[in-house]
Amino acid sequence: MVRHLAAGLLTIGLALAFAALVLGYQPDAELNRTALYYAENTAKDLGSQNIVTAIVVTYRGLDTLGEVTVLFLAAAIVGLILAPGRGAEGAGRRGAPPPGELLTTGSRMLTPLILITGIYVFVNGHLTPGGGFQGGAILASAALLVLLADPGHRFAHRTIETIEGVSGVAYVAVGLLGLAFAGGFLDNRFLPTGRFGALLSAGAIPVIYTLIGLKVGAEFASILANLTETEERR
Amino acid sequence: MSVLLPAMTGLLAVAMLVAAAMTIVTRSLPIAILAAGAVSLFASVLFLLLASPDVAMTEAAIGSGLTTFLFFFVLGRVGGRDNG
Repeated sequence: MVRHLAAGLLTIGLALAFAALVLGYQPDAELNRTALYYAENTAKDLGSQNIVTAIVVTYRGLDTLGEVTVLFLAAAIVGLILAPGRGAEGAGRRGAPPPGELLTTGSRMLTPLILITGIYVFVNGHLTPGGGFQGGAILASAALLVLLADPGHRFAHRTIETIEGVSGVAYVAVGLLGLAFAGGFLDNRFLPTGRFGALLSAGAIPVIYTLIGLKVGAEFASILANLTETEERR
Repeated sequence: MSVLLPAMTGLLAVAMLVAAAMTIVTRSLPIAILAAGAVSLFASVLFLLLASPDVAMTEAAIGSGLTTFLFFFVLGRVGGRDNG
């Protein structure tokens, strides 16, 4: 009873706080100074058509490196915790009914399409909405589809780890190239910015987003693979 | 058009609240997971209406896609017998 009362009071308090925020909300009539700077100078300085991508990869590139690091830590810890139960043959398959013809054929047909969509999303990150994280998540959902269709499927862990490690190191190396040949760490302008709106433009942004996409995809795929391959503990 | 956007936004907000309430109230864990995924899905459509397609893609791919299935994987591991 007391617990319900406390929870109710807490909910009402939160609702009041949010109500104050919502009622006091005034939409800005114009962009604030930071947003105005990004809106006016992104295309001119960095040659990226998608301003969000320019901010995420270049202006706030260090934050993105931090996010990728957090995701790496999460994947590493999942692997660490689940490692003792891994490697048991047929774990995950036990008790599961065999996948039907429809599921097998459908997943075999859809997986390459999903992979291509993911690659498209992160390669075009500087032109269209989306980028490394979204594309990487789409890549991982292809791995998810394979695992759903066949829980006994085994991924090549070495390949995933190699992709993940190489792209992570290359990401930092690209950042250091920016430090050496352009304005600072993760500056994209050590490569030519090219023609505005072309696929190969905006300097190093497509390179960085491709690396992030591969890294994020490999990390999510390894988390999913670790979860399915773990021996069920009683 | 000027009526349509606030109406859609309000509808999506109500749908999100209903799905969120369902997540808490339901006794069945799979339904709770699906409802939590639905909250993310409605949120991603809402982001799209509010002209932020980048956030919408992230929310759809990670929030309603991977997280939902991650929950199902974990549910399959720990067993969904305890519904209380």
